[in-house]
Amino acid sequence: MNEVVIQVTEQVAEMSGIAGFVALYIFMLAAFTGYEIIAKVPVILHTPLMSGSNFVHGIVLVGAMVAMGEASTTLELAIGFLGVFLAAGNAVGGYVVTERMLEMFKSSKKEGAK
Amino acid sequence: MIDLLIKASYFAAAVLFILGLKRMSSPVTARGGIVWAGAGMVLATLITFLTPDMGNYGLMTVAIALGGIIAWWSGKRVAMTDMPQMIALYNGMGGGAAAAIACLELLHQAGHEVVNTEVHILAVIGALIGTIAFSGSLIAFAKLQGLMRGVIRFGGQQFFNLGVFVVTVGLGALIAASGDYSITMLSAFFVLALAFGVFMTVPIGGADMPVVISLYNALTGLAVGFEGFVLGNPAMMIAGTVVGAAGTLLTQLMARAMNRPITNVLFSNFGGGGSGDGGEVTGSMKSIEAQDVAVMMAFADKVVIVPGYGMAVAQAQHKIWELGQLLQNRGVTVKFAIHPVAGRMPGHMNVLLAEAGVPYDIIFDLDEINNEFASSDVSLVIGANDVVNPQARTNPESPIFGMPILDVDKSRNVIVIKRGQGKGFSGIENALFFEDNTRMLYGDGQKMAAELIAQVKELG
Repeated sequence: MNEVVIQVTEQVAEMSGIAGFVALYIFMLAAFTGYEIIAKVPVILHTPLMSGSNFVHGIVLVGAMVAMGEASTTLELAIGFLGVFLAAGNAVGGYVVTERMLEMFKSSKKEGAK
Repeated sequence: MIDLLIKASYFAAAVLFILGLKRMSSPVTARGGIVWAGAGMVLATLITFLTPDMGNYGLMTVAIALGGIIAWWSGKRVAMTDMPQMIALYNGMGGGAAAAIACLELLHQAGHEVVNTEVHILAVIGALIGTIAFSGSLIAFAKLQGLMRGVIRFGGQQFFNLGVFVVTVGLGALIAASGDYSITMLSAFFVLALAFGVFMTVPIGGADMPVVISLYNALTGLAVGFEGFVLGNPAMMIAGTVVGAAGTLLTQLMARAMNRPITNVLFSNFGGGGSGDGGEVTGSMKSIEAQDVAVMMAFADKVVIVPGYGMAVAQAQHKIWELGQLLQNRGVTVKFAIHPVAGRMPGHMNVLLAEAGVPYDIIFDLDEINNEFASSDVSLVIGANDVVNPQARTNPESPIFGMPILDVDKSRNVIVIKRGQGKGFSGIENALFFEDNTRMLYGDGQKMAAELIAQVKELG
């Protein structure tokens, strides 16, 4: 019985070790991806892209929801509520602002084509 | 089954984010990019409601609706010129959300033995970064919105800030070292981190705000990424890290355009007055009337328009483009020259000109346009200041020495539209205004542009 427990523990330890490294790989590859995306962007799009990336980290909403969903005490619930509220603001505001900026690029292109 | 569905959706969301950002980095596909990323966000958010063992759905929906509606309303309402501070505000909200997640994790952990050390450390780092980005962004917002005027500086400020930072990090390290910390310690940690974000941002002047906002954007991304690792949420990991890296590069690009290392932006005194005006400027400013400017431009071969933040303040972009079109109809070659840090964000001017309908094939950045000034008859500077100050080339004493500038002083005539004789944003005297070939057209940008239009029309 004990042996089984030890075996399982070892396996779990091994897996979490791999998971740690997988996380590191994810971190590295994502960082390179972010770097590559920006590296070739023309100055004209810097503000919209900053705004767009600001929207993308609005994904924090998902985490805030999960964290709030597990909250039990009033304090936890209050912090969770604040988190979800702020995250929703980040996501929605980021989208609206980016969309409005990029909308103008569309119309300016049409004018240029005339 | 539901678990698999959630995982697949997060994966799809991460792919959509990356593709969306990729599309946003080209003017042709940019419009679609935000829609892709938006689809990813909606998918990820909806699917999260299905997460097993979750409660508080009612309040959660209220929180989403509340935050969403307020942000939607403010985002739709805000004027294009005020975009930078809105980005700062929404970014601060994201940082605050990441901090709130970390706070909940750390509350759970308090007084218990730490099972996974790496995850616990990441939670603490994410909390620190997210909280600093939160309070720092809010200060940046308040400054740009005009809620907070000027900069706050006192003797030994940098040492004070360093002290606060060291104590904050020290406390964070204690919390990260073991699960044996009290709620009081945790609260002190968050309060200190909040305070540090404020202290770090208050001495930074308005001219440097774009770099700072970009930095906080990157920080929020990192914080979100770290909290993603804590929660084991791949969508957050990838999106956060991508934004963290992209934002860091963008910050570097901006700082490089100003030819100042990022540390200089954060820890020097430039950017809000107070610094020396960098040596004597001799000569006098010579003013000119709109009528003469109109004649000068109407009979020119090539006119280069250099917009700056002043154009944004005066909301003059539409009038300026109307003037540009009038000149084009008369056969004048009209070009727009944009300095990378003109306005309050890189690309801020491009956005405003795009709003006015200026086609982007006549908009040029620094490297493309700089050798054209010598062959242009008139350079019309509207609301730009430091980015056209030749002292950056000539005067090693000047705080902006070495910053790449637009060489407008090399063109035959320079017209500067400016509200008054005062110094600009940064408080540095501009030698351009005293050059022999420079004439000052005093007045509000929009009014002056309107007058120029009227005068050019009169010429028939």
